[in-house]
Amino acid sequence: MGFDIRRLLDRIRRGRTDGSGDGERTLRTDGGTTSSRGSKVSRLRHSDAVQALPFWLPPALLVGLFVYGAVSWNLLISLTDWSGLVQPDYTSLSLEMYRQMPDDPSFIAAFRNTVVLLVAFTVVSLAIGLVLAILIDQNIRFENTFRTIYLLPMALSFVVTAIFWSWMYNPSTGTINVFLSTIGLDFLTMDWIGNPTTRLAAIIFALTWQFSGYAMVVYLAGLRAIPDAHYEAAKVDGASSLRMYRRVIVPQLSASTTSAAVVLMVFALKAFDFIFVMFGDTPGRSADILAVMMFRVAFSRTEWAYGAAVATVLFLMALSVVAPYLYMQYKRGDL
Amino acid sequence: MTAAERTESTSSEGRIATTLETIDSQRAALYAVLLGLIAFYLSPLWGGLTTAFKTQTGFVQTTPLAPPTPEWFTLEPWELAFATMQGGLVNSLLFVVPATILSALFGSLAAYGLTKLSWRGQIGILVLFLAGVFLPYQSVLVPLRQFWSAVDLAGLLAFAPFLANRADLIELTVTHTAYGIPICTILFRSYYKTLDDEMIEAAKIDGASAFGIYKRIVLPLSMPMFAVTLIYQFTQVWNDLLFALVLVTSRSNYVVTQSLNELQGSMAQEYNIQMAGAFIAALPTILIYVVFGRQFAKGITGAS
Repeated sequence: MGFDIRRLLDRIRRGRTDGSGDGERTLRTDGGTTSSRGSKVSRLRHSDAVQALPFWLPPALLVGLFVYGAVSWNLLISLTDWSGLVQPDYTSLSLEMYRQMPDDPSFIAAFRNTVVLLVAFTVVSLAIGLVLAILIDQNIRFENTFRTIYLLPMALSFVVTAIFWSWMYNPSTGTINVFLSTIGLDFLTMDWIGNPTTRLAAIIFALTWQFSGYAMVVYLAGLRAIPDAHYEAAKVDGASSLRMYRRVIVPQLSASTTSAAVVLMVFALKAFDFIFVMFGDTPGRSADILAVMMFRVAFSRTEWAYGAAVATVLFLMALSVVAPYLYMQYKRGDL
Repeated sequence: MTAAERTESTSSEGRIATTLETIDSQRAALYAVLLGLIAFYLSPLWGGLTTAFKTQTGFVQTTPLAPPTPEWFTLEPWELAFATMQGGLVNSLLFVVPATILSALFGSLAAYGLTKLSWRGQIGILVLFLAGVFLPYQSVLVPLRQFWSAVDLAGLLAFAPFLANRADLIELTVTHTAYGIPICTILFRSYYKTLDDEMIEAAKIDGASAFGIYKRIVLPLSMPMFAVTLIYQFTQVWNDLLFALVLVTSRSNYVVTQSLNELQGSMAQEYNIQMAGAFIAALPTILIYVVFGRQFAKGITGAS
């Protein structure tokens, strides 16, 4: 790790084209012993590091306070036993809140649903997004119109889409059931979001509608980056379209898949607004996710410490998705 | 060249006539699928739009996909929804616009400091920003509530009653600015990395200060990226419900997503009013999306 950072710093330093960069390198290799003190100070004042400070420091402080300060504070609160309308007591800290989790059936259910939502939503959105991207990439007319419409749901608020889909899923007059009856699938009509067994699937379906356009945009950029020569080569080999996509094109999209998957998973972890508008903060065991549970426990039941602990679990889940991704990007030099 | 044509050109001359036919039917099938998908993606919006123009009996007796007939046509849902939500619309505008501009501006400044001026350790700072993009907001909610109740903004602003009454919205502005900075920084950084260094180096040699370079060279060149960032950030902040739920306590400060959520709760059976309300709340983002679709797509893919 330390070695990587040093190599990276070297790369950054080598990237400098102005004279002071070389100066600084010589300065470093001889440990600064040969330079006079005066030039060091003036060089410091005019160095990019000092000049850059006023630009990045204020935003970094805001981010530091609100993101990292708040996350640490949340961790601290999760170690207390704070609940109710009093102020937290930070003197006795323990892992008690985390110890409760395995015995709390509603936590287990919410955790399981979060994982199911995360995986199912991401996989389905990626698959649909890939199909959309391949279809759009066929040199079609009105490409922009098609793309714009497939991506449109993403511009909408979860509050708006939850209201639309509550109406779509309405058991008597909703579009879904009306459509199913029209094509002769009456036996499939049901109260999709009222019925606990289909509730989570219905949520995942609606979220996929909203975000598959995102996967499409990412894949489309990936497809456009593949050189035409690869299509030509596959053609010369006599591969059929389907085979060409499966064998030649799709494997080259792995970078698109990774980055889209990471972003989609984070969307899934944030799906709070959607479920909250549809069901309030009590969506029932079958559709409860950690994000909703956290809000219910902390803000409705004022069990602040337990809510903070649930939030920490959510944070760790996001971290376990994002950290490997960022590390990979860093390794590849894409940061 | 399309996939169909790619396959086609490998076939022998004699079969051209038949393959042309297959191409035509393949193309027709392709467009049929694309149009079917359009129907799917638009059906929730279409069903909502028709319902919003129907009376109560109208939407119960017809399917959501059928357009409203003159017999059942009404504008009343829109009037009712607008009356309930107009306060929320104004409040949202009041905090979304400053929050959007501030986070874009901070993002631009930070990205400049982290790309165009080279110094050691910037990767470390960058990673801190990057990780902030992916933060689930739940993991900061309890501290946020603690922080803002400790700060007591309303009390601090007591000298200016207008501001004190809007303290909730100022809290939202600051909060959204802070959580918007990471993504804005990343968007601007990816753009600044592609900017040509020559002009900046020339200005440096001329003795221009870092701020002078930013103001005279980088900022004017950043305008296309400001469009992307402002559109992305406006959509995100306008659409958010969670922070408002936690930070907005007085009803007079309810933002648009909150008033829509309340409308939905209080008019559970009046689907026409709910749909009209949903469209009213979504209108600004839909308009922006339709006009600036390209910038929107750039914004959402910028993070990956």
